[in-house]
Amino acid sequence: MPTVTMHVFRGDARGGDFKEYRVEADPGMVVLDLIHRIQATQATDLAVRWNCKAGKCGSCSAEIDGKPRLMCMTRMDLFNEGEPISVAPIRGFPAIRDLVTDVSYNYVKAKQVPPLRIKPPEPDGTYRMMQEDIDRIQEFHKCIECFLCQDVCHVIRDHEENKRAFAGPRFFIKLASLDMHPLDTVDRSAFVKDAAGVGLCNITKCCTEVCPEHIHITDNAIIPLKERMADEFFDPVVWLLRKFRSKKKQPA
Amino acid sequence: MSARVTAARPPIAAPHLRRDAWWALPLTVVIVLGSFIVYSTWAAFQNAHYWAPPYLSPFYSPCLSATCLHVTFGYGLPEIQLPIIGILSPAFLILWGPGLFRLTCYYYRKAYYRSFWLSPPACALPDAQRRYTGETRFPLVLQNYHRYLWYVAVIFIVLLTWDAVLAFRFPRPAGGTEFGIGVGTLVMWANVILLAGYTFSCHSCRHVCGGHVDVFSKAPTRYRLWHVITRLNEQHPTFAWLSLFSVGLTDLYIRLVSLGVIRDLRII
Repeated sequence: MPTVTMHVFRGDARGGDFKEYRVEADPGMVVLDLIHRIQATQATDLAVRWNCKAGKCGSCSAEIDGKPRLMCMTRMDLFNEGEPISVAPIRGFPAIRDLVTDVSYNYVKAKQVPPLRIKPPEPDGTYRMMQEDIDRIQEFHKCIECFLCQDVCHVIRDHEENKRAFAGPRFFIKLASLDMHPLDTVDRSAFVKDAAGVGLCNITKCCTEVCPEHIHITDNAIIPLKERMADEFFDPVVWLLRKFRSKKKQPA
Repeated sequence: MSARVTAARPPIAAPHLRRDAWWALPLTVVIVLGSFIVYSTWAAFQNAHYWAPPYLSPFYSPCLSATCLHVTFGYGLPEIQLPIIGILSPAFLILWGPGLFRLTCYYYRKAYYRSFWLSPPACALPDAQRRYTGETRFPLVLQNYHRYLWYVAVIFIVLLTWDAVLAFRFPRPAGGTEFGIGVGTLVMWANVILLAGYTFSCHSCRHVCGGHVDVFSKAPTRYRLWHVITRLNEQHPTFAWLSLFSVGLTDLYIRLVSLGVIRDLRII
């Protein structure tokens, strides 16, 4: 069993530093296994948030060697033998303790999203949707809310002042899934532009790079939202065409 | 907004903890994109060696000004004279279209925001800009008009396809033209195919052709179109780079043939 050197952040918002741990790694282990081994054998007070150990609960987000990842999905054989591995909390959010951060910003933003308001049922009292109507949005439903995309997004990671007016990639997925829903009746265009601040995104695609569910956040959600915003606020031809058509959606 | 949102971040002194070669990609983009900008600007200023019958450089197509040697659209507009510099070149009538299309392209935006703006240079690295307003203010808010540049780019695809068709029409020594295929013909077709791949895999194209629809089952043609463009769109970065190389290399090939540095081989 090789011994691995781990540099794990210990501390809280008032102060802290990386502490070195040497721990044995078994074949097939992931970073979370080693964190648990450190917790069990060397630092019983090490704070770490985790739950499913299967990449589906989105709890164990961290920055491993500087890259936002799920600890439970990061295999140890990814790293070169003998090199130390750093494990830090996700830096985009306030520190609570050690590897645990306060992600409540995301819950604040979640509450602001105008919810789905479906159209009246058809004359026979039912709703009908075809597979092609929902193919697009099923991808977005894979989101496990690990908030790695929110963490890596430089719009808020490096510019705290933008947090007020920016929903972040996770909620652009949410907004796209609602906006593209075949039964939805809500016009979220003003919300997407002003409250969610999609214009702040400069599509550098880091959210897509770190998504453990491989959701094409930028290509399939953010850019379509930007294009829909352009329809509504920037394109004079679309604006003119809409003058001759009845508006199907109601403001949020 | 919750007060907790602005509470202190983890106190980690290092600006980033990445140990991989994160700088390799932005550096490559700067070198490749920078080289293309330098070459295309130089080529546009030359106003010579863009025509080696029957090949016309994409930088000079369509020929709109009276100085152009290619006869398809020539003899029309007056010559372009840049103020102060005083250089004439039909390329200046042309390159703004494809240039702005690439400048506002969603893929290239990612590339140059990362590599030239360093905003951010790589994921989980600090943004080099102290203040950040994204694409909400002038001039970057104009990126929202990308679709209009796409319309312009489609016109250029039509024109370059016409040039590629004319590349089968070789001049006879005795006068007139004859059908033929040269290496240059293949170069021009490869270029227009890659440029078309880039243009029709565009995110705005995807939206305009079908992405704006909410209920696809009621718009089956737009759904099929959107579906095809979505598959193409997955390769948009590949097309972006390959078409950049192809357009530069096509100009270079025609320039070298025109200069007599290389000979265009006739296949048929």
